[in-house]
Amino acid sequence: MNLPLLFTLTISGPILAGLVALVLAKLPYWRDTLIVLIAIVTSIFAWKLSFLVPDANFDKLALLQIADGLEIAFHFEPLGAVFGIIATNLWVLTSLYAIGYMRGAKEKNHARFFFFLSMSIFAAVGIAFSANLLTLFVFYEILTFLTYPLVAHKGTKEAQRGARIYLTLLVGTSVGLLLPAIAWTHFSAGNSEFILGGFVGEFPVWQRNILLLLFAFGIGKAALMPIHPWLPNAMVAPTPVSALLHAVAVVKAGVFSILKVSLFVFGPETLHATPAATWIAMIAAGSILLASLIAWSKDDLKARLAYSTVSQLSYITLGAMIATPFALLGAALQIVMHAVAKITLFMGAGAIYVSTGAKKVSQLTGLGRKMPWIFGSFMVASFSLIGIPIMAGAWSKLYLLKGGIEAGLWWSFVVLLLSSLLNIAYLLPISARALFAPGVDARNAPAFKQEGGGPFLTVFPPVMTASLTLVLFFFAPQIADYLRPIWETAS
Amino acid sequence: MIDPVVTSIPGNPLLQHAAILSVVLPMVVAPLVLAFRAAGAYLLSLIAVLLSFCFAVSIYIFTFDGSIFSYHLGGWAPPLGIEYRIDSLNGLMMSLVSFMGVAALLFGGPTLKSCLSPSKHAAFYASFLLAFTGLMGVCATGDAFNIFVFLEISSLATYALIAFGAESDRKALPATFNYLVMGTIGATFFVIGVGFLYMATGSLNIADIALKLEPIGDTRLVRVGLAFILVGLGLKTAMFPLHQWLPGAYATAPNMVTIFLAATATKVAFYVFLRFLFIVFDASPSLLETTFTYAVAPLAILGMLIGSARAVAETELKRLFAYSSVAQVGYFLLGASLGTAAGLSAAIWHLINHAFMKSALFMALGLMAWHVGVRSLSDLKGLGRQMPLTMAGMLIAGFSLFGLPLTAGFVSKLALLKALWASGYWPGIAAVAISSVLAFVYLGKIVEAAYFKTSPLGERPVQRIPLMAAAIFWSIVGCNILFGLYARPVEKAANMATAILLQGNKAPTHVNPSGELIIHDHLIDKLEQSAQPSAQDAVLEVPDDGESEQYLDEQQPGQDPAPTESETEEAPE
Repeated sequence: MNLPLLFTLTISGPILAGLVALVLAKLPYWRDTLIVLIAIVTSIFAWKLSFLVPDANFDKLALLQIADGLEIAFHFEPLGAVFGIIATNLWVLTSLYAIGYMRGAKEKNHARFFFFLSMSIFAAVGIAFSANLLTLFVFYEILTFLTYPLVAHKGTKEAQRGARIYLTLLVGTSVGLLLPAIAWTHFSAGNSEFILGGFVGEFPVWQRNILLLLFAFGIGKAALMPIHPWLPNAMVAPTPVSALLHAVAVVKAGVFSILKVSLFVFGPETLHATPAATWIAMIAAGSILLASLIAWSKDDLKARLAYSTVSQLSYITLGAMIATPFALLGAALQIVMHAVAKITLFMGAGAIYVSTGAKKVSQLTGLGRKMPWIFGSFMVASFSLIGIPIMAGAWSKLYLLKGGIEAGLWWSFVVLLLSSLLNIAYLLPISARALFAPGVDARNAPAFKQEGGGPFLTVFPPVMTASLTLVLFFFAPQIADYLRPIWETAS
Repeated sequence: MIDPVVTSIPGNPLLQHAAILSVVLPMVVAPLVLAFRAAGAYLLSLIAVLLSFCFAVSIYIFTFDGSIFSYHLGGWAPPLGIEYRIDSLNGLMMSLVSFMGVAALLFGGPTLKSCLSPSKHAAFYASFLLAFTGLMGVCATGDAFNIFVFLEISSLATYALIAFGAESDRKALPATFNYLVMGTIGATFFVIGVGFLYMATGSLNIADIALKLEPIGDTRLVRVGLAFILVGLGLKTAMFPLHQWLPGAYATAPNMVTIFLAATATKVAFYVFLRFLFIVFDASPSLLETTFTYAVAPLAILGMLIGSARAVAETELKRLFAYSSVAQVGYFLLGASLGTAAGLSAAIWHLINHAFMKSALFMALGLMAWHVGVRSLSDLKGLGRQMPLTMAGMLIAGFSLFGLPLTAGFVSKLALLKALWASGYWPGIAAVAISSVLAFVYLGKIVEAAYFKTSPLGERPVQRIPLMAAAIFWSIVGCNILFGLYARPVEKAANMATAILLQGNKAPTHVNPSGELIIHDHLIDKLEQSAQPSAQDAVLEVPDDGESEQYLDEQQPGQDPAPTESETEEAPE
């Protein structure tokens, strides 16, 4: 099959799933089965697509010509293909998980939920293959609007409040900062098409500085501090949403856009000659440490994970701004590795909530003996985030460290090491105290709501993703090789 | 007089007279309408406006290949006789005005009885037809004095139309009086200016004045004439600070009138402004440049900023969008004040799009007023739930007003920014940015009220929305998206209109069917002249402060190839 056809199939899979969710609203079993099947087929297409991408030579597929130099178009490059695979494949597992979770937690309006969940993947795939800033912006906004109903899903006062902050911050930053940046890039460069190595090199330095700052803060989904509060507030959503969107699709769309801008709009060489890149790298470094400290102070499990996400996302921003080959590779790998690990943690948190109702870290002591699979995978994923070898996360952290040294930025080295220590401090105790706390009897742990714990479908997906963090450790060199055309531009 | 000017159109004899018919038909029907009751009057005026639209479009299509149609009233040849002169600029304006007339009638007819007792309907439609005739006539005519006559016809009828709003809102009366006084002053200034030009040239035909001004050049008489015309048209265009009549008039008029006025009235005045500045005063470029740099551009920027800021502070919805119109007029003026092909084309492009945005917005307000009686921002509370579709349509039009990608407003605003950037006019770019942020703020206020607040009254008594009104509303909203997704036809129309303006008083610019401009050598000379301090500047003694220096410097080629030049290169010789 040729590339445009495969891409069309990949991007329309989620739309089809969304339609299925609406049409079969009254037949829950058929609906859920079909959605999972469509998700599986879509992710197969995404894989096939990714095999064709290296030979595609950044081929462009124009969908719509609006006016001169303005078009909605897609192009095919390795980084986007990797993001596309991540989004679609984890969508399969999340769909499975959501079936178990939504029933177990007795959430309402399943059809609406699955509709918006599937459609969000459509927007994420659109972002992954955007060929210019305009297309990226359009799908970025679509993603915001499609995820808003998911955040407000419960309909309670708290959910509405959180969803409102979510929408205001994301739309406010994108329209107030990102759109002007795009417009400015567009009308001063003549077009806004992504070119590997960038196209703004001829702009004066002050303009590049302002543009880069506008991009970094305008892409609010990257949750660079102080544009992060939408993320903890989005945690009012049902956990599958937090898992798929606020650990994978939405936030990764944000950092993916940052990487895309630094690679395809600015280009590593121009970034090195732009002082703002260093400023943003420092902000990202501060963001890494500060968010870790806040995470440490949170007792609410999902809030802790959310702040951990803020911290981990800034790794990618940091790597993108340092923009040496290894830093870029580390950033790109971090998109993959963090996605797999963080989705495990969120699924674990959701499974704990469904089976016991516990939401706080302090309630979990001793629970590990009742739910060994969940807490086992929780621990594996924590190791990966910390960056302990034979876990996938070790690679991205290693490359980021190496990238920092390459650029001669000693502070980035210190920050990354400190962050690892902080990761140990706030992530490890969760599963460690649940599994190994001495002298605590399993009887003191919160009781299961039902005999036998949560549904199987809330346990199976996190175990899968946890094992994936192990598997990916061995495949990291292949991914690095696949991404070579991207990060090698920096050398 | 001029080569590609055609005085007869092959084919249907009716088409021969399309130019005059599209203007006169509604005027003839206007008194007839008075003999009918509400429904009959409505139908008759609808037919008249619809026919006028058909005539306008058929003649506009004829100008697509760059030809100019000259119609001699009563067979008297210009410059003695009155000439109707249709080119791709005013053909566009006529089509736009008549389309908006049809849309306003279709939308407003079924809902008019909510604000006007049926006994007054016939008089209302008669006034509407007269206002319509006036605007069409202003566009069609090639005679300066005739423009004044039609301007007055439309103004007098508009005063009456706004005063009809008094039945539901007494504030319409002071607003009408306000508009009447200011409108009359504006028209007087305009006609005095035309008088000065007549004094200088002895002619009233625009093309003829333009030619005869060439040897006269830049005299005090011409300058005084320009000043009077500028102020007069500035009032009609609602150029800051002459905009005071607009918010009151728009806010208190019956909805249908507001829709029609917002989409057409200031735009027609702006069209006359363009025709006078670019064609009549073409002979004195240095005078024009001074006017643009020191009068029009700063006032446009002030209008954009203050109009948007007032809109943010406003709580009455119609007044809010009226102030936003003041700001939008600033966008057109800013584009035109650059004097480049790109700036003019962007201004006209934005003008077309703005007609669709504003009419959609006022239609949405009309539907809301009809359905639940919404007037102010606080009435919007909970309306996102109660009228989800209308609210969504209003949001789309609002996004277009702000300039969100995939809407019409985005492409034209981007074109305007591009033109500003190419000319290196920094204050303009900053003003567009600030004004857009302010637009986002007032749209945010609307979204906040409609979607995030609950209605204090609970469910309100409702009136069913007429299907026709909803259909028209949605087709206009659809245009906002269509022109955002497929902008080429509008861009092409704007380019062809720009070509007419850039030809100045010289031989008409040829426009090839693909819509690209082929600009004559003398125009390129002119563009370069305006980019570099010319010899004529010495005569006028342009103050040599740093800012104007910079403005001139950055226009020089090399930094960014001016779009006109690159297009010239591409075009086949």
